[in-house]
Amino acid sequence: MDFNFTEEQGMIRDSLSRLIREQYDFDTRRKVVASKEGWRPAMWAQFAELGLLMAPFSEEDGGLGGGPIDAMVVMEEFGKGLVVEPYLPSVVCGGGFLKRGSDAQKAEHLAGIMSGEQIFAFAYAEPRGRYNLSDLETTAKKEGAGFSINGHKAVVIGAPWATHFVVTARTSGGRRDAKGVTVFVVAKDAKGVSTRDYPTVDGRRASEVYFENVSVSAEAVVGEVDNGLPLVELVTDEAIAALCAEACGAMKVAHEMTVEYSRNRKQFGTAIGKFQVLQHRMVDMFMEHEQSVSMTYMATLKVDEDEVTRKKAASAAKVRIGQGGRFVGQQAIQIHGGMGMTDELAVGHYFKRLTMIDAEFGNVDYHLKRYTDLSAIDLPVAAE
Amino acid sequence: MNLDFSPEEVAFRDEVRTFITENYPKELAGVGTREDLSRDEFLAWHKILGKKGWSVPAWPEKYGGTGWTSTQRYIWSEENARVDAIMPLPFGVAMVAPVIYTFGTEEQKKEYLPGIRSGDVWWCQGYSEPGAGSDLASVKTTAVRDGDEWVINGQKTWTTLAQFADWGFFLCRTDPTAKKPQEGISFILVNMKTPGVEVRPIKLIDGGHEVNETWLTDVRVPVGNLVGKENEGWTCAKFLLAHERSGIAGVARSKRGVEKLRAIASEELIDGKPLIQSGDFARKISQLEIDLTALEFTELRTLAAESAGKGPGPESSILKIKGTEIQQRLTELTLEAVGNYAAPYTAGMEPDGSNERGVGPDHSNFTAETYFNMRKTSIYGGSNEIQRNIISKMILGL
Ligand SMILES: Cc1cc2nc3c(=O)[nH]c(=O)nc-3n(C[C@H](O)[C@H](O)[C@H](O)COP(=O)(O)OP(=O)(O)OC[C@H]3O[C@@H](n4cnc5c(N)ncnc54)[C@H](O)[C@@H]3O)c2cc1C
Ligand SMILES: Cc1cc2nc3c(=O)[nH]c(=O)nc-3n(C[C@H](O)[C@H](O)[C@H](O)COP(=O)(O)OP(=O)(O)OC[C@H]3O[C@@H](n4cnc5c(N)ncnc54)[C@H](O)[C@@H]3O)c2cc1C
Repeated sequence: MDFNFTEEQGMIRDSLSRLIREQYDFDTRRKVVASKEGWRPAMWAQFAELGLLMAPFSEEDGGLGGGPIDAMVVMEEFGKGLVVEPYLPSVVCGGGFLKRGSDAQKAEHLAGIMSGEQIFAFAYAEPRGRYNLSDLETTAKKEGAGFSINGHKAVVIGAPWATHFVVTARTSGGRRDAKGVTVFVVAKDAKGVSTRDYPTVDGRRASEVYFENVSVSAEAVVGEVDNGLPLVELVTDEAIAALCAEACGAMKVAHEMTVEYSRNRKQFGTAIGKFQVLQHRMVDMFMEHEQSVSMTYMATLKVDEDEVTRKKAASAAKVRIGQGGRFVGQQAIQIHGGMGMTDELAVGHYFKRLTMIDAEFGNVDYHLKRYTDLSAIDLPVAAE
Repeated sequence: MNLDFSPEEVAFRDEVRTFITENYPKELAGVGTREDLSRDEFLAWHKILGKKGWSVPAWPEKYGGTGWTSTQRYIWSEENARVDAIMPLPFGVAMVAPVIYTFGTEEQKKEYLPGIRSGDVWWCQGYSEPGAGSDLASVKTTAVRDGDEWVINGQKTWTTLAQFADWGFFLCRTDPTAKKPQEGISFILVNMKTPGVEVRPIKLIDGGHEVNETWLTDVRVPVGNLVGKENEGWTCAKFLLAHERSGIAGVARSKRGVEKLRAIASEELIDGKPLIQSGDFARKISQLEIDLTALEFTELRTLAAESAGKGPGPESSILKIKGTEIQQRLTELTLEAVGNYAAPYTAGMEPDGSNERGVGPDHSNFTAETYFNMRKTSIYGGSNEIQRNIISKMILGL
C-alpha cells in the first residue's frame, strides 16, 4: 500500500496551484464567468502547456504516462480554485472514451484533446432519464453503412465550448435496456446538431443539445455497437472519482475560509470561533472533508478493479461526497451569517458548486441505491 | 380539546375562500414564490385586503384588527397559502405596527397605522449593522438630539427590500455612555426620502437583489419620530423580535410547498416511473410532512396559549428553528426532485426568441436559486444558533 504521490504528480499539483493562485483569483473568475464566453481559451492553452491535458494518458497514446491519480490531482486543484474550464468533460470523459477507441479514433482525436485543440463534451443525460445511463430516448438508426441520430440531450456541461460530443444513443432494445446502447463521436458542426446554450447556477456553461437526422459513419462508433453501456459506466465511474476530487478541493477551501472567518468575526465581544457550538460544527466539517478525501483516494485506486468493486467504490465515494459536500457547504454559509449569503464573498460560490456536484452523474439517492443493488449481487447465494 | 371546525368556522372558511377566489389578482396567480416582484406586485393583495378590512388580522380591533380567533387565523393562513398569495410583508404589519400601537403616542398611531393597514406605505427594518448582527445590542449608528431634531449617522445593512421602502424603523444609539449596551438605544422612524439616506444594493448568491446597505449621513428627522422612551428602544426591539419569530414558522406555506413537491415528484420520472413511486423519495416527503405536522401542532398550541392571553414567549424560538429547517428541507428536496435540470441558471438566460426563458420542465426553473436563497432563513430573524441559546437560557435555565 502506498498513499504517496509521484514526483510528477507533486509537480503538477505545485505548478497548477501556483497558476490558479496567480491567474485564477476569485475576482478574475467572477469576470470570466460573467463574460460572454464564460471561460478563457487562453487559460486552457496554459493548462495544455503545463501538460495537464496529457497527464492522465499513457505514453503510447502520446500522454505523460499518468492515470486516474493524475486526474485526481488536477481536479482537486480545480475544486480549490472553482475552475470552470472543461477538464472533466473533455479530458476525463472525452479522453476516457477515446483512449479506448479505435486506432483511427485515437489518431483523430486523442492528440487534439491533449493539445487542447479539440474539446469534448459528454452528451449522456436526457430530459426524462434522470441519472439512469441507459434510459435513452435518443436513437441511432442504421442508415447505409452508418447511423442517423435523433434526440435531445439535457444539461450537457461544457457543450458551448465543445468541438465534439461523445453521445450515447439507443441502437436496439427497449428504452431502458442495458443492451442496445451505443457510443458515438459527433462533431459539433455536423449537420443536424443544434444547441441552446446557457449558464449554470455554479458558474459553468451548458447546453441542451438537439440531434436531428445527424448522419454519422460506422467509424464514429466508440467500442461496440449495442454494447456501449459497460464502457459508459466505466468512464462515468472515472469521472465520478475525478468529480469527487474536485469536491474535496472545494470542501477544503470552504472549510478553511469558515475557520478563518470565525477567527476574525467578532460578536458579543469575542471571536465567534470561540463559541463551542460553532467549533464542533467546524470540526464536523473538517471530518467530512477528511473522509471525503479518503473516499476519493479509494474510488480512484479502484477504477481498474473488477466491475462490481469499481462500481461500488465509485458509488460509495459519490454518496459520501454528496452528503459531506452538502454539510460543508451549508455550514460554511451558516457560520458566515449574512455575509455567507452574498455574491461578493467566495464562500457562497463554493457552496453552489458543492451543491451541483451532488447532482452530477447521480446524486446520493441514486448511488445509495446502486451500491445497495450491487451489494445484493455480492451476497452468497443460499444453498438449496 | 377538539380538532373539528365548528359550523361557524366552516362558514368562515367558505367566506374566506370565496373572497380569495373572487378577488385575488388573476395576473399574480401562482407567482407567489418568485423573488423579482415589483413594488406594485408585492402590494397588490395587501391593498385589496386593506379595503376589505382583512390586511391586519392580528392587530387589536380598535386599530383595524379583525378580532379573529386563533382558529380563524389558522384558516386564513391556510386559505391564502392554497393560492400562493403574496401576503402583506411583515416589516410594516407584523413588526413596526405592534411596536407603534404598544409603545407609540396617539399621534403616532394616527399617523402611521392607516398607511400600514392599507398597504400604501412600505416599511423596512433597520436593525442590523456590519458589526451588529447576532449581537444586535452593539449597534453603533448614532442619533444625536439637535433642537427638535434627531441627527442620525451610521450604516445599517441587510435591509430587506429597502429599495421600495417609504419608511424605515431604526435602532440608534442615543446614550453612548450607558453602562450596558442594551441601554442607550432608541427606536426611531425615518422617512427613507430624507436627505442623507442612501440605499445600496447587495447581490445575494441566488443572483437576486433582496437586501441592501443603508447609509445614514446627517439624516435629520423630527424628535417626534422616536417611538417609546428615549434610551429604552431595546424594549421595543425585543418585543418586535418575538413577533417576527412567530410569523416565521410559515406552516401553511410549507404545507402548500409539500403539495407542490408531491406534484413535481409525480411528474418527474425515475426509471420510467413517477419519482413519487420510488420508496426512497416518497419516504423523504413523508418524513418532511411528519416534521411539518409536529410544527403545525406546536404552533397551534402556541396560538392557543397566546389567545389565552400569553404573548409570544421564548417558545416562539421553537417555531423559528423548526419552521426554517422545514422550509430549507423543502427546497432541498425540490432541488433533488428535478435532477439534472436544477443546474440551468434561469435568471441568467437569454430569451431564445420564443419567449421561453428556462429550459427543462417549468417546475424546474429557479429550484437551485430558491434552495440557495432559503439558506438565509436559518441566519436572519435571530440565527438558529441564537434561538437555541434563547431556549437554553430562558427555558432550560442554563
Ligand atoms: C464504560 C466506561 C468505561 C470507562 N473506563 C475508564 C477507565 O478505564 N479509566 C478511567 O480513568 N476512566 C474510565 N471511564 C471514565 C471516563 O473517562 C469518564 O466518564 C469521562 O472522562 C467523562 O467524565 P464524567 O463521566 O465525569 O462526565 P463529565 O466530565 O461530567 O461529562 C458530562 C457530560 O458533559 C460533557 N462535557 C464535559 N466537559 C465538557 C466541555 N468542556 N465541553 C463540552 N462538553 C463537555 C461530556 O461530554 C458529557 O457529555 C470510563 C467511563 C465509562 C462510561
Ligand atoms: C436575506 C437576509 C435578510 C435580512 N433582512 C434584514 C432586515 O430587513 N433588517 C435587518 O435589520 N436585518 C436583516 N438581516 C440581518 C440578520 O438579522 C442577520 O444576518 C443576523 O442577525 C445574523 O447576523 P450576522 O449576519 O452579522 O451574523 P453573525 O452574527 O456574525 O453570525 C455568524 C455566525 O455566528 C453564529 N453566532 C453568533 N453569535 C453566536 C453565539 N452567541 N452562539 C453561537 N453562535 C453564534 C451565528 O449563529 C452565525 O452562524 C437579514 C439577513 C439576511 C441574510
